[in-house]
Amino acid sequence: MADLSVKMAGVPFKNPIIPASGTFGFGREYTDYYPVSVLGGMSLKGTTLHQRAGNPPPRIAETPSGMLNSVGLQNPGIDAFLAHELPLIANEDTVKIANVAGSTVEDCEEIARKLEGTAIDMIELNISCPNVKQGGVAFGVDPKMAGAVTRAVRENTTKPLMVKLSPNVTDITEIARAVEAEGADAVSLINTLLGMRIDINTRRPILKNNTGGMSGPAVFPIALRMVWQVANAVKIPVSGMGGVSTWKDAVEMMMAGATTVQIGAALFQNPMAPVEIIEGMNAWLDEQGIQSVSEIIGSVRPW
Amino acid sequence: MLQNEKLEKYLIVKKEMLAKSCVRLTIRCPEIAKKASAGQFAHVRANGFMLRRPISISEIDKEEGTIRLVFEVRGEGTAVIAELRAGDTIDMLAPLGNGFTLEKGKKVVLLGGGIGTPPMLEVAKFYGADATVITGFRSASAVILQDDFKKTGANVVLCTDDGTAGEHGFVTAPLARVLEEGNVDLVCACGPNGMLKGVVSLAKEHGVSCEVSLEERMGCGVGACLVCACKSVKNGEEYYARVCKDGPVFNAEEVML
Ligand SMILES: Cc1cc2nc3c(=O)[nH]c(=O)nc-3n(C[C@H](O)[C@H](O)[C@H](O)COP(=O)(O)OP(=O)(O)OC[C@H]3O[C@@H](n4cnc5c(N)ncnc54)[C@H](O)[C@@H]3O)c2cc1C
Ligand SMILES: Cc1cc2nc3c(=O)[nH]c(=O)nc-3n(C[C@H](O)[C@H](O)[C@H](O)COP(=O)(O)O)c2cc1C
Ligand code: FES
Repeated sequence: MADLSVKMAGVPFKNPIIPASGTFGFGREYTDYYPVSVLGGMSLKGTTLHQRAGNPPPRIAETPSGMLNSVGLQNPGIDAFLAHELPLIANEDTVKIANVAGSTVEDCEEIARKLEGTAIDMIELNISCPNVKQGGVAFGVDPKMAGAVTRAVRENTTKPLMVKLSPNVTDITEIARAVEAEGADAVSLINTLLGMRIDINTRRPILKNNTGGMSGPAVFPIALRMVWQVANAVKIPVSGMGGVSTWKDAVEMMMAGATTVQIGAALFQNPMAPVEIIEGMNAWLDEQGIQSVSEIIGSVRPW
Repeated sequence: MLQNEKLEKYLIVKKEMLAKSCVRLTIRCPEIAKKASAGQFAHVRANGFMLRRPISISEIDKEEGTIRLVFEVRGEGTAVIAELRAGDTIDMLAPLGNGFTLEKGKKVVLLGGGIGTPPMLEVAKFYGADATVITGFRSASAVILQDDFKKTGANVVLCTDDGTAGEHGFVTAPLARVLEEGNVDLVCACGPNGMLKGVVSLAKEHGVSCEVSLEERMGCGVGACLVCACKSVKNGEEYYARVCKDGPVFNAEEVML
């Protein structure tokens, strides 16, 4: 049994595997399959200051080896989250990550203040949701805005702060450097890539929102490349995600420079994916005679 | 330690064609059969596809440890599932969602439209002679499960849109007649939205409570991703409920069709 534990932004994880925000609810939907305590951590559904209804359905479309979603950050709001959701998972032995989204800088600050003193172990500031009209990705595509919102949240929280980056930019390393400079303790990437599908019979987009965020195995090579670029551009740790569905993908992500690996759409095909990835990784490390998983982080040998 | 029983692959013991491109699979899955209730669904893996396909559980045999799924080939995913044969295994998550109200002594009307008919069979088995089953299809060639419904002891009415079998017209005409006679406690329906709207408004008119099974495109199937949204009302407030977890069966009062 290899040592699977890693440390990211000062937070100890028992293993590097984390279900990604928006695909794991508030941590209670998969407990029929496995206890969340087997996971390194869990990133909870994106939460805003006030309740959000989300976009009209259909909100999902299938693509070759992937999918589009246009949920639009449906959530009960931070107060309802703290009152009704967090207490149910507060004592779970896994790293609990709050995914924070806001339409204004002030909203993000206020959510961060409300999370102080709670059982949340870490904040993942989502500046990259492509499915909402205000805030969301608007913060994530401009290095100045990304830096400003990071700074604002930094000044309102004592919790480790991870900033989630959008891939819908020309140079993701520029954004990563901007949030690092303004106090981020880690970055996570990638959020979904903006995409579209059309029903040729009705000539209507399948998603009622017309466009949506693409994820799943099809985006893996893009995500891997971005993780590698960002890991080389910043000193803070990287949480890698985008299309990871097997333990081999997770190993690639870590070799590219990720300290932890998040699993999203793969859960829809196989709810056991996170557990199978942890087990597969462990078996491979043993077979390779590698004592600690942290030895493989950033170990790719580029040509 | 890990309870991954839900994820085993299950043996298909029988495959039948009920109509052109309408398949019935009998699947051995004792644990699922034990837990399942009429109206719940299975989230079925289609080999080579990213997303699972939701299919209602049509029948449950707790003693034999089997369930039956009946589905129509609609697109590429259901076409792949339809290629499975007896002796193959099927990968499914089940039972998911909630089912119809089952309360002995209630007089019920069960309505099925087209491929919405199969889940009503297990409900009909529960209510037997206390049920009137009204099913509607496009035409005679699409009609399925009539003998199975008759075996439950229910009063069975068949309709077709084109009059090639049973009554000519929609299921709402016989429903109106049965409701006029009175003595109905509950109406349960599964089918296309247009049909459901008609059924719901008739039930409302007669002050009879009504449950409908809804469809929406799904991701996880377990309530975690919020893609299967359906507009609902609770305490006068509109919100999006999850078809996979809060449904697929809803009280008609709660959803906006
Ligand atoms: C709770 C529930 C129970 C169902 N029960 C049955 C049943 O018992 N028998 C049956 O024949 N069909 C049933 N359906 C519909 C069935 O899920 C679709 O026909 C099927 O998903 C179509 O897949 P496809 O790949 O053939 O079509 P495609 O059009 O190629 O599918 C593309 C994508 O859209 C989704 N999709 C397309 N149509 C529907 C739909 N009507 N509902 C939900 N998702 C859809 C698919 O799952 C897939 O993700 C049910 C749907 C739901 C939500
Ligand atoms: C249905 C769905 C909902 C999502 N909701 C959120 C969200 O609320 N906040 C967020 O930061 N990312 C959200 N994401 C993005 C994922 O966390 C992840 O970044 C992305 O899906 C790429 O990973 P994957 O390919 O493994 O799914 C969502 C993704 C999906 C599929
Ligand atoms: S399909 Fe994921 S919440 Fe319903």
